[in-house]
Amino acid sequence: MSPRPLDYESLNENVKKVAYAVRGELYLRASELQKEGKKIIFTNVGNPHALGQKPLTFPRQVVALCQAPFLLDDPNVGLLFPADAIARAKHYLSMTSGGLGAYSDSRGLPGIRKEVADFIERRDGYPSDPELIFLTDGASKGVMQMLNTIIRNEKDGILVPVPQYPLYSATISLYGGSLVPYYLEEEANWGLDFYNIRQSVAVARSKGITVRAMVIINPGNPTGQCLSEANIRELLKFCFQENLVLLADEVYQQNIYQDERPFISARKILFDMGPPISKEVQLVSFHTVSKGYWGECGQRGGYFEMTNLPPQTVDEIYKVASVSLSPNVPGQIFLGLMVNPPKPGDISHLKFVVESKAVLESLRRRAHIMTDGFNSCRNVVCNFTEGAMYSFPQICLPPKAIEAAKKVGKAPDVFYCLKLLEATGISTVPGSGFGQKEGVFHLRTTILPAEEEMPAIMASFKKFNDEFMEQYEDCRGYSRM
Amino acid sequence: MRRFATDERCFSSDLGHSAHLVSSSGAAASSAMGSTQSPPLTFDSINPKVLKCEYAVRGEIVSHAQRLQQELQTKPGSYPFDEILYCNIGNPQSLGQQPVTFFREVLALCDHPSILDKSEAHALFSSDAIARARQILDLIPGRATGAYSHSQGIKGLRDAIAAGIAARDGFPANADDIFLTDGASPAVHMMMQLLIRSEKDGILCPIPQYPLYSASIALHGGSLVPYYLDEAAGWGLEISVVKKQLEDARSKGIAVRAIVVINPGNPTGQVLAEGNQREIVQFCKKEGLVLLADEVYQENIYVENKKFNSFKKIARSMGYGEKDLSLVSFQSVSKGYYGECGKRGGYMEITGFSADVREQIYKLASVNLCSNISGQILASLVMNTPKVGDESYESFTAEKNGILSSLARRAKALEDAFNSLEGVTCNKAEGAMYLFPRLHLPQKAIEAANAVNAAPDAFYARRLLDATGIVVVPGSGFGQVPGTWHFRCTILPQENKIPAIIARLKAFHESFLGEFRD
Repeated sequence: MSPRPLDYESLNENVKKVAYAVRGELYLRASELQKEGKKIIFTNVGNPHALGQKPLTFPRQVVALCQAPFLLDDPNVGLLFPADAIARAKHYLSMTSGGLGAYSDSRGLPGIRKEVADFIERRDGYPSDPELIFLTDGASKGVMQMLNTIIRNEKDGILVPVPQYPLYSATISLYGGSLVPYYLEEEANWGLDFYNIRQSVAVARSKGITVRAMVIINPGNPTGQCLSEANIRELLKFCFQENLVLLADEVYQQNIYQDERPFISARKILFDMGPPISKEVQLVSFHTVSKGYWGECGQRGGYFEMTNLPPQTVDEIYKVASVSLSPNVPGQIFLGLMVNPPKPGDISHLKFVVESKAVLESLRRRAHIMTDGFNSCRNVVCNFTEGAMYSFPQICLPPKAIEAAKKVGKAPDVFYCLKLLEATGISTVPGSGFGQKEGVFHLRTTILPAEEEMPAIMASFKKFNDEFMEQYEDCRGYSRM
Repeated sequence: MRRFATDERCFSSDLGHSAHLVSSSGAAASSAMGSTQSPPLTFDSINPKVLKCEYAVRGEIVSHAQRLQQELQTKPGSYPFDEILYCNIGNPQSLGQQPVTFFREVLALCDHPSILDKSEAHALFSSDAIARARQILDLIPGRATGAYSHSQGIKGLRDAIAAGIAARDGFPANADDIFLTDGASPAVHMMMQLLIRSEKDGILCPIPQYPLYSASIALHGGSLVPYYLDEAAGWGLEISVVKKQLEDARSKGIAVRAIVVINPGNPTGQVLAEGNQREIVQFCKKEGLVLLADEVYQENIYVENKKFNSFKKIARSMGYGEKDLSLVSFQSVSKGYYGECGKRGGYMEITGFSADVREQIYKLASVNLCSNISGQILASLVMNTPKVGDESYESFTAEKNGILSSLARRAKALEDAFNSLEGVTCNKAEGAMYLFPRLHLPQKAIEAANAVNAAPDAFYARRLLDATGIVVVPGSGFGQVPGTWHFRCTILPQENKIPAIIARLKAFHESFLGEFRD
C-alpha cells in the first residue's frame, strides 16, 4: 500500500510536539478500565458537574427560555419558570437579532459585553470598555488566540509558570514558539521567585529568544496559590521593565478558600499603580463560566479583556475572531448571567445565593479535607489549596520505585499514578504533565468529588500510598502530620 | 520573595537599552523602558500570518454598514433607506427565519432537565420532545450537560449521528470517526493545522471559495493552490483544470496535501454531478490528496434534477474503502433548514487515516477539552429528525418544507432579478444560500474605482450600500478570475421583503449605469 496522503511522518511537526496530559495517558487508561466495568473517580480535570455538582437553577431557567422563546407567550409558562427568569430571558433575547440561533457580533453580543464591563468596573473600581472585551467559546480559545497573535516564530518566548496548566505549553508548541519557564517555590507555598524569573529571562535572551509575554495564573493551576497585592505589583513592574505583555489567567477568581489573600485582579493593581505603568503595560485578562461556583464547563463561555493594546492590534485580533464568525450564543448568555446575577429583591435571589454559597463553602471544606488527607500519608507533602480546584501533593518516591518505573519505560510519577488508578480507581494527572523541578514528583487531583465521598477517597488513597511506600521504600518516610 | 540588588546590571533588555532595572523604590521605574521603546505587542510585532489572513464576509463593507446602522438609529431619515439589510452572511435567523420548534423544545429541556419530572412540562412541551430529551440525557454521564464531555463529543450522540449518516448514505458510519466541534469552522482549522508544515505545503481550493479556507491556510502558514470553477458551465468543476493546477504547483516545489471541495458550493451554489464527484474521488486517490469535503449545505438543494450525495457515499459506492481514500467530511447545524448559526454545532467525520494520525487529531481536540454540549445535542437532532408517527412529525415537516420551499422561491426570484439587470449575469443557485452575480462594468466605473483605490466590485458594493442599505460582499473576497467582478448576496431576507429589495436594486443599478455609462 502506498503511503497515505497524511501519515504520521508528514504531519505538522508542531502538532507532534503538543502534549496535553489532562486528557492523556492516565485519562485514556482510566477510560479503558471504566469500559471494562471498573468504578473510576475522574479527578483529572476541573469538571465539577461530572462529579455531582448541580448547576445553579436560575441560569438554566433563563437559557431554557431563550432556547424556546415560544414558551414566553404560553400562558402556562409561569407554572414552571419564575417571573424574573422570564424577564431576564426577554432581556437577553432583545439583545440579539434573531435569538440564540443567529451569529452574533464576532466579539460577542454588545449587550453582554457591556454587562461584563460593568462587572469589571464594580469589581475593580475602574471603568472598562466593552469594545475591548471579546467573548470566546471558553477561555481556552481566547488564550490560544492571543498566543497565536503574539508568537511569530520559535524565537519568540513566553514566560510560563512551572507547574502550569498545560494549555499554555501545548499552545506554545502548536504555534511554534518557545516556552520560557519560571519556577514557583513549593517550599514558599508556590510563591514567586523574581531572582529565578529574571534568570530564566536572561538565559532565554542569551539563546537569542525575544521574551514577548508572561503568563500568570491567579489563583494558580495546578498549585492553587493566590497572589498578594505586592506580588501583582512586582509582576507588573517586571513586565514594564522587561517589556512583556502580561497574560492574566483569572478563571478561578471565584474559587478562594482562605481569607488572607482575597482575589484582586491584575487590572485593578495596574490602574492603582498609576502612570507610566498603568498606561504602558499591556495586559490581557481571561475569565470563564467553567469554574468558580458555576462550573458550567460544557457551555464553553468565556472572555478576554485587553488593556493598553493599540487599536490596530485590536483590529487584527477582531479580524481573526471574525473568521470563526461568533462565539456560541447560549454560552454568552451564561457569561452575562454570571457577571450580572440575581440581585437582592429579585424572586430568585435567595435561592441563587443559597446554591452559590453551598458550593463555595463545600469547596473550602474539601480543600482542607484533601490537603490534610495528603499530609497524613507517608512521603507525601501537600501545600494548602488556597484557591482554584486542585490539590498538587508532592510524592517523595523512593529510589526503588523510580527504578521500577524506568524498567517499564514510564516516568516515575506516571508509574505511581497508573498504580494508584489500578488499585483505587482514582484517575489523576501525573505532575510531569504540568512541569516540576527535576527529580521532584507530584500528581494533580481535583477537590471536586462529592464531600460525602471524600473521606473514603482519601482513605483509599492513603491505603494505596502507604502500601506502595512500604513496598518500594528503603529510606525513612515522613509525613507532615 | 527575594529581591536582587547587585545582579541588576547583568540583565540588559533585549532592545539594547542599557539596564536600568528598578530597585526596590518606585522612582527608577519611571525612567525605565516605557516611553523610549514600543510596547511588546503592536502591529509591527504581531504574528505576520495574522496580518496575512483576510475574511471579507465580516470585512470593511460590513464595518461601514454597522456605522450607517448606528447613524440611522441616532438620526433617522439621514439616508434614503430605513434599515440596513445584511445580505453579506449566511445567518438566516438574524433575518427572521424561525428555528425548528422540535429542536428548540429538546434543547430547552436538556438545558433545564429538572422540569422533565414536573407534570406541568406536558402543558408546555410536546411529548416526543420530552421523550427525546430524556433519551439524550440518558446518554450523558450523570445527565450533566454542564460537564466537559469526551473530547470527540458525547459517545451516545456520536452514535446517533453515525446512524444518521448511515441512513442518509446507505453505507455504515463509525462513532469513533466523528469529532463534534463548535461549528464546522474549528474542524477546518484543525485539519489545516495537521496538514500544513510550511509554506511549501499547498491546499487546492476552488475559486471562488468561502474565505474560511484562504484565511485558515494563511493563518497556518500554507499555500493556497487555486482551481477555477467554470462560470460559463454553471460553476462546474473540470478535473483537467484541477490536475493542471496541481502539476503547476508541484513544479514550483509545492507539496499539495489536500483538496477542498464545497458541495453545494459557496458562494457559487452549484451541486456537483455524481460523475464529477467520482472523478474527484479517483483523482484524490491517484494523486495522494486528502479530500476535505465541506458539505454544510447538504440540505439546501433547490433544483429537482440534482441531489446531494456525500463524498463518503460516492467513494464507498465506487468500492473505495479506508485504504483507498483519506476523507474528511464537514457538516454544521448553521445551515440547512435549521439555520442555527449561533449555537456553534458541527462535526467532521474522518475516514482513511492511520491510527497514529487519529491519535494526533484526538490530542489536538483534547487541548480545547470539548465543544459546547448544547451544540452537540443539536447536531445529533439534525442528523436524527422526528419520524413518521412521532407527535411532532407533521409540524416538523411543515416547518422544514416551508423554509426550504421559501428558500427555493427566493433563490429564483433574486436570480431572475439579477439577470434582468443590464450588464449583470447570474448563475442559478442550485443549492446553498447565495447568489454570485457577475458585473460587466463599464470602463468609466472601473476607472472611478481605480481612482479611489478600490476594486471595482468593492466600489459597486459600497455604492449599493450607501444608496439602498443592502450589504453584499465584493467578489474579491471569494476569489474570481482576474478582470472579472462579482458580489455575493444571500437569499435570506424574508420573502415579503424580496420585492422591495429587488426594486431598490434595480433602481440603484440603473442609476449607477447612468452615472458611468461609456
